Amino acid sequence: MPNPVSRHSRTRRNKRRSHDALKSPTLAVCPQCNEPKLPHRACLSCGTYKGRDVIPTE
Amino acid sequence: MRHRKAGKKLGRTSSHRNAMLRNLVTSLLKHERVVTTDTKAKLVRSTAEKMITLGKKGTLHARRQALAFIRDREVAARVFDEYSARYATRAGGYTRVVKTGYRVGDSAPVSIVELISDEKKKKAKDKAAKSKKKEKSE
Repeated sequence: MPNPVSRHSRTRRNKRRSHDALKSPTLAVCPQCNEPKLPHRACLSCGTYKGRDVIPTE
Repeated sequence: MRHRKAGKKLGRTSSHRNAMLRNLVTSLLKHERVVTTDTKAKLVRSTAEKMITLGKKGTLHARRQALAFIRDREVAARVFDEYSARYATRAGGYTRVVKTGYRVGDSAPVSIVELISDEKKKKAKDKAAKSKKKEKSE
């Protein structure tokens, strides 16, 4: 089986990982309760979407 | 090309898929609201609305067609009595899908499918929304 001939330096390793960073999710603000929520999804803290009650809360 | 390939297979055999659809549609028509994954929610819409359209036709043939799909006789009766009256003035669009977030166990995107509730409520809300818009524009 072919094997690596020599060890990669820290620089090479870090360069490889330079594109691996995770992106933070895009968030919208709920117009009802001003909590952050996922866009195009019902607000999970107040249970509304487009001014309508969707999820029964409390 | 996916021309003329409507619908999704959902990784199930056709019998499994059909059984699941029948269960989901029956539950939706029974409870007026159902929580499932986004994809299933979108599939349920079309079939559920077809059932309501059958209910609005109200003929004996339509009733038999509905009974052949809906698993619960009482639910089928409800489609023909209650929903046909409720949606008499509405030309389609009897259901609503609202995405809610992700399921804990498998991170599947989850939605709520619901039957649109009474016309009166909707009109009241529309009026409220319109007056709000007016206030904003003024």
